Amino acid sequence: MSTISLKSVRKSFGETEVIRGIDVEIADGELIVIVGPSGCGKSTLLRMVAGLETVSSGDIAIDGNRVNDMEPMERNIAMVFQNYALYPHMSVFNNMAYGLKIAGMPKAEIAERVQTAAKMLQIEEYLTRMPRQLSGGQRQRVAMGRAIVREPSVFLFDEPLSNLDAKLRVQMRLEVKQLQRSLGTTSLYVTHDQVEAMTLADRLIVMNAGVAEQIDTPMHVYEHPASIFVAGFIGSPSMNFLPAKISTDGSTLSLDSGANLRAEGLALATHSGREIMIGIRPEHLEATSPDRADLTLQIAAVETLGADTLVHGSIAGTAPDGAQITGFAARLAGNARIIEDEALPLRVADGALHLFDRQSEKRIAEI
Amino acid sequence: MLPLLLLTPQVLVTALFFFWPAWQAVYQSLFIQDPFGLKSQFVGLGNFEFLLGDPYYRASFRTTAIFSSFVTVASMGFALWLAVMADRLIKGSGAYRTLLIWPYAVAPAVAGVLWLFMFNTRVGVISWYLEQAGYDWNHVLNPNEAMGLVVIASSWGRISYNFLFFLAGLQAIPNSVIEAAAIDGAHFWKRFWTIVFPLLSPTTFFLLVVNVVYAFFETFGVIHTITTGGPQQATTILVYKVYSDGFVGQDLGSSAAQSVILLVVVGILTIIQFRYIERRVHY
Amino acid sequence: MSGMVEKRGSGYWLTHAGLILGVLVVFFPIYLAFVASTVTQPEIVRPPMPLIPGRHFFENYREALVSGINAPVARMLFNSTVMALGIALGKIIISILSAFAIVYFRFPFRQTFFWLIFLTLMLPVEVRIVPTYQVAANFGLLNSYPGLILPLIASATATFLFRQFFLTVPDELAEAARVDGAGPMRFFIDILLPMSRTNIAALFVILFIYGWNQYLWPLLITTDPQMNTIVMGIKQMFPSGDDIANWPVIMATAMLAMLPPVAVVIFMQKLFIKGLIETEK
Repeated sequence: MSTISLKSVRKSFGETEVIRGIDVEIADGELIVIVGPSGCGKSTLLRMVAGLETVSSGDIAIDGNRVNDMEPMERNIAMVFQNYALYPHMSVFNNMAYGLKIAGMPKAEIAERVQTAAKMLQIEEYLTRMPRQLSGGQRQRVAMGRAIVREPSVFLFDEPLSNLDAKLRVQMRLEVKQLQRSLGTTSLYVTHDQVEAMTLADRLIVMNAGVAEQIDTPMHVYEHPASIFVAGFIGSPSMNFLPAKISTDGSTLSLDSGANLRAEGLALATHSGREIMIGIRPEHLEATSPDRADLTLQIAAVETLGADTLVHGSIAGTAPDGAQITGFAARLAGNARIIEDEALPLRVADGALHLFDRQSEKRIAEI
Repeated sequence: MLPLLLLTPQVLVTALFFFWPAWQAVYQSLFIQDPFGLKSQFVGLGNFEFLLGDPYYRASFRTTAIFSSFVTVASMGFALWLAVMADRLIKGSGAYRTLLIWPYAVAPAVAGVLWLFMFNTRVGVISWYLEQAGYDWNHVLNPNEAMGLVVIASSWGRISYNFLFFLAGLQAIPNSVIEAAAIDGAHFWKRFWTIVFPLLSPTTFFLLVVNVVYAFFETFGVIHTITTGGPQQATTILVYKVYSDGFVGQDLGSSAAQSVILLVVVGILTIIQFRYIERRVHY
Repeated sequence: MSGMVEKRGSGYWLTHAGLILGVLVVFFPIYLAFVASTVTQPEIVRPPMPLIPGRHFFENYREALVSGINAPVARMLFNSTVMALGIALGKIIISILSAFAIVYFRFPFRQTFFWLIFLTLMLPVEVRIVPTYQVAANFGLLNSYPGLILPLIASATATFLFRQFFLTVPDELAEAARVDGAGPMRFFIDILLPMSRTNIAALFVILFIYGWNQYLWPLLITTDPQMNTIVMGIKQMFPSGDDIANWPVIMATAMLAMLPPVAVVIFMQKLFIKGLIETEK
């Protein structure tokens, strides 16, 4: 049973607090991805679980044991680093065997474990080679092999695929997922790439400026983002935001730009008069006829991607001070014939309006 | 704690054989010892005042300046010339490099013996041929000849070191710059003075400082072997005087004061070198 | 190649001629010394001495090695070897340990230690000879190997060098080792040391030559001819007064004095050049 438990974990470097209270319970065998922009503290959090950074306050427990004061070695964890951190003067075999050698394992058992891991990662033929003779992808496998042979309670991944080219990254992340499934080891995985996060995670921890804004399954995070930040971070192209206000009787959403959205049957009386931000994902918009349209998009640019067509522009209509909402995108079918500089009438799919309080930036409802 | 343990050997050796003697040098420079070494009298900056007014010391300063200038110019000039030529070769520069670098391994003292042998007044080959040609060579009596000999012996050993660095500096200059100049119509010497030499200036400056430090200190062996500072102190450079006043003349206070002065000189030179190297890194 | 643009024939030959001249100038004194070491004393005393090697190579060298003039040269070679090895190895060992301590640990006064070490870069032994001699004498180190070696490893140039190198080793490597369960000393021996191999070798070459060629300090600290090192001992083979020096033996000694450092430079040329450039950076 390898659970991880973080209770009110905080970390400060001198005066600056970088981790501002993280609480999460990770179950045995879960692959948890910590995702967020650069500087949000995700790597720091991972390193605190690893034991490479100290904890300023709060508790970290692995398998029910408080590990705050334990050295990495004592926590029975293994780590895969961003730059692989392979020992340059040792062969692949020795790189993988090093931790086991230190632990005093008999040679035969070490050889067996290394062989098994090498087979799993398809690097058997590289066992006698030196790291400098390997490509980036191969080195990454060796780094993972080094972690696997330890048979630890927890795997920790620190942006392991960031240094690989795009195609390799796609291939490797599937392998990582399969590997973790077959080994069943609890894993913490850090990345800034939200696609990677979505594909790999059993649950996501979306971090921003030292705080976990949402901890949930990928689909939940996608469908019910807890804050404007999460909504904008997950999903590509990112969600469109329209500032609006809820009418006093709770039945109308009036956009700051002047238009009204969806007047029928909204039970928003409890939020009457509130200033909100409406979020609509580009993929939840479809082209329609002007009489059935919720919004009209003034097209500025079109990207034909083959499978999809991305239309960028601004929402027509002007607010009292003449502001237009720019940077609005819609994702339409690949074969949609769009002409630039036109006005495109758009309809929002049902249940695709995300409402966020403009002050707290927290989620109110989806309608 | 482990780190302190690891530091201990270094700290111990450095404290005992570096800082303590360095401090002692400063301390002793403020005293005059009586001839029997029994009593010492505090004289503050008296030793320093004496030295600054002492004609012998001033002469030594002058001698050192002349000596180091000659050595630096001679060894750097010849090395630069060789480096420029070696650089012109496509093949074979490696062989010449091997041939020209190993004199670095010859100790200055041994260099002194080699050149002494060639110019020895009784058996030296070169001095004999000079005599045959009508020139009576005698560096034991003639101060200029003595200076000349130690300069040659000191420069000779230094050629390799300078050659290596000059060659590396030259090879670092991109071909494209040279070719552009050639297309612009500059012939070899013009190219050299207007492009190559300026681009070589970091190396040149660096070698300048290093060679001066070498001439100040590491040439002790040459002087002691060939002239022992003579004739009549004509080749007594500053570091030699520290030795002869301290060990031969047993004037500890004066020797210590001279050490302190040299300390300051080296300090300044090293600071200059370091400042410049730092800038070179950003170059 | 800063000059290699025009490829006309005369330029090519002139260049080679110039370089060959340079090589001759550099080699001539050594060649002459070699010749002198293979002929007899009378041939030298009656100038001009022959310019081609004689036939007394073995006699002269044997005489030098076995009896020398004031001490057998074999003994002096031994002393020099002990001193040079002691300096090279001693300096490398103490400095790699202290560089490791300074780079990989956090402890009070860490910066102070670094600056202290930095200060020692500046002063060659020649500047502190008298008091260093007194300290050595007080410790009873006159005429001893430690006396020859210790004062010459006191400056921390090598520490500085290793520090610069260690700073280029990525932190991740140390962390991976820590996660693998390696303690600091284990990390040092299993990982840092092997990675430093070339630096150590290059430094060894430079330090060996530096140690071997020491003159002033061995001169001061040895009064017993049996403790002479070969480089400083040559001068003492010259007679005082009006006697004629035993030139063949002296020149043979000079050749022997040059041999080990030159061999090191030639056979380890690459490492030597690397070491030279690293130490001066």
